[in-house]
Amino acid sequence: MSRVLIRGGRVIDPATGHDADDCDVLVVDGRIDAVGRGLDAGDADPVDAGGLIVAPGFVDPHAHLCEPGWEHRETIRTGALAAAAGGYTAVCAMPDTDPVVDDPASVGFIVAEGRRARGARVYPTAALSAGCRGERLTEFGEIVDAGAVAVCDAGKAVGSSSLMRLALQYARSFGVPVLSQGEDRELARNGVMHEGVISTRLGLRGKPAVAEEIGVARDLALARATGGRLHLQRVSTGAAAELIRAAKAAGVQVTAEATPHHLLLSHNLLAGYGTEYKVDPPLRTARDVELLGAALADGTIDCIATDHAPRHYDEKEQAFDDAPHGVVGLETAFAVLHTRLVRGSLLPLQDLLHRMSTGPARALGLPGGSLEPGQPADIVLIDAEMAWTVAAGDFVSKGRSTPFEGACMEGRVVRTLVGGTTAWSLGRATRAPGPGGPVET
Amino acid sequence: MTGSTAALGKDLIGLEPLSPDQIRIVLDTAEPFKEITERRIKKLPVLRGKTIVNLFFEPSTRTRISFEFAEKRLSADTVNIGAAGSSVSKGETLVDTARNLEAMSIDMVVIRHWSAGAASFLAARIPSNVINAGDGAHEHPTQGLLDILTLRDHFGSLEGLRVCIVGDVLHSRVARSNIYGLVKLGAKVGVCGPRTLLPASIEQLGVRVFAQVDDAVRWADALNVLRLQLERMEDGFVPSLREYNRVFGITSQRLERAPKELLIMHPGPMNRGVEIDSDVADGPHSVILQQVTNGVAVRMAVLYLLAGGAPHLAEAARDWTGT
Repeated sequence: MSRVLIRGGRVIDPATGHDADDCDVLVVDGRIDAVGRGLDAGDADPVDAGGLIVAPGFVDPHAHLCEPGWEHRETIRTGALAAAAGGYTAVCAMPDTDPVVDDPASVGFIVAEGRRARGARVYPTAALSAGCRGERLTEFGEIVDAGAVAVCDAGKAVGSSSLMRLALQYARSFGVPVLSQGEDRELARNGVMHEGVISTRLGLRGKPAVAEEIGVARDLALARATGGRLHLQRVSTGAAAELIRAAKAAGVQVTAEATPHHLLLSHNLLAGYGTEYKVDPPLRTARDVELLGAALADGTIDCIATDHAPRHYDEKEQAFDDAPHGVVGLETAFAVLHTRLVRGSLLPLQDLLHRMSTGPARALGLPGGSLEPGQPADIVLIDAEMAWTVAAGDFVSKGRSTPFEGACMEGRVVRTLVGGTTAWSLGRATRAPGPGGPVET
Repeated sequence: MTGSTAALGKDLIGLEPLSPDQIRIVLDTAEPFKEITERRIKKLPVLRGKTIVNLFFEPSTRTRISFEFAEKRLSADTVNIGAAGSSVSKGETLVDTARNLEAMSIDMVVIRHWSAGAASFLAARIPSNVINAGDGAHEHPTQGLLDILTLRDHFGSLEGLRVCIVGDVLHSRVARSNIYGLVKLGAKVGVCGPRTLLPASIEQLGVRVFAQVDDAVRWADALNVLRLQLERMEDGFVPSLREYNRVFGITSQRLERAPKELLIMHPGPMNRGVEIDSDVADGPHSVILQQVTNGVAVRMAVLYLLAGGAPHLAEAARDWTGT
């Protein structure tokens, strides 16, 4: 029987609202056993959490780990370790690999590689349509049996409303959510940044905000009509957030995510054609940033997604039109949001922790996101006072393109435990064997 | 040629980053160079020993030739690289092209590229002076400068002058350079065209938007008529060229209704009978060919200034080989 006692931290469990200083967490056999003051350590391995925040490990509903097919960008192993380095104990891998994850064998490969990586747990999502081509449904039953936790055509909105309706209906039999990038693809076609005064100044083709509004409105209408479980990915506009707020009030089964970059950065940053700001959907206006922040605060946006999308440096070192969109986010997400939103008094710490753990775990129906007894001991230790500077060269991820390079941070993840085992700790690359894979039930 | 008191800095990427004074310096420096063009021996030694690469990723006739004349008249050694048949068409990336140029110690690069931002991308990566000869729909600064020089020749001052840009502003780098430059020099700028071809939030660049050409014609002192690419019709931005000509084309009937005579400019190449009728293009108020002449002078001025030439010495340079 393995026992670990995390001693003397400020233990915050956003799932229950628990928030207590000088508190202990006892882990037995990889699961939370007890939370409280002065717990009996017995023969447990002690972990000193004095001066640190102890919270449920973060859960990322949206990461691109690029394997198979794009191993020069990232592998499941480097991605899972980068996730652990950012305080994540679980990541959902998007299926837009090469080949696409659209059958049980591919799903099994992701699960197996994730287990071998021994970083954050890796949960595969599988393609909604074969090859993400948007033509016909994949075998939801088979891929869910193989371990897929959701279906989606990663990064590509499902163009056909009838296919999207079928997906929402069919997914109901398997208890998985349908993830969707709400976007009218035809309207967004060719756009490389937000359509507005900056795209006009720069002479770049714009993606209008209304393309997202239309896509989100359609998906919400289909979710309402089918009773299916919809999770909207990478919400970037205030208008879309408002639609989601109204749909939730009307009882539609919908959850939504937003990324740190959409929550903090606006299209003004593109004025120098920096490809580290080229993301999809594009960075929007300062007003959208403000409205998205409000939607995160009031729970309209349930969770933070990194949309971690590593690119090889050569790919980003091109003219703006030619460079692919995508930035890395796993290792900076908590720190940038803590620095700008929590320290900026825009969001309470408890709420940020909720949107990074409890929120996404519930949205995707995953274990974790809570410190209640019986939950997997997926735990993050945070030094909220630690000052540091983002330096992409130090990332565990193979990806180096970040819009936060050189930014001064307040607060840092110092240790990540997956199933009670330290998967990562600051200052030493721990390679202790941990469970790595999905929580066994 | 003296020192590095560069009036423009290292590169000319666009008119947006320039100050009004910097734009005036280029225009003033172009004046003495105009006359060279009319001489029997059209050559000055001011760029002797300098190597210039004209790197054209997009086909171009008049801009490339205009640059080449400007370079040769200043005695530079020039090499032309076109997209077809070069390493560019073999998949070489812009950054590798840049590194190769750097390794050959080129003094200046004139670049035309289909991607907005390509010129500044290159400029940030090589020590050579970079001149943007058009990057996507972003800027075409030497065209903007020659248009402004032509307006100044005709009207004397740009302060309060009303210039309307007519046509496909959405895809036009010429329009953007004109807007930035003219607004900085105190002109009033209008744009007019089908709403499908006017970019989002264009008013925020300090221009007035006209929905009807007749209103624009009534308001303006000069019209800069943009080329309508045939592809725009294929892409569905306008339903037909015939209708475009009828609704937005600059015709003599339309100009006759104007309260005053308008100066007519066009960056070329023209689609006669589409955005502009022949009798207007060839008419007495058209300065389209003067624009071409001014193009060489402006480019000579830009090359001279980027090479470190002092603005006040341009006159002396002209006289240096006086016949």
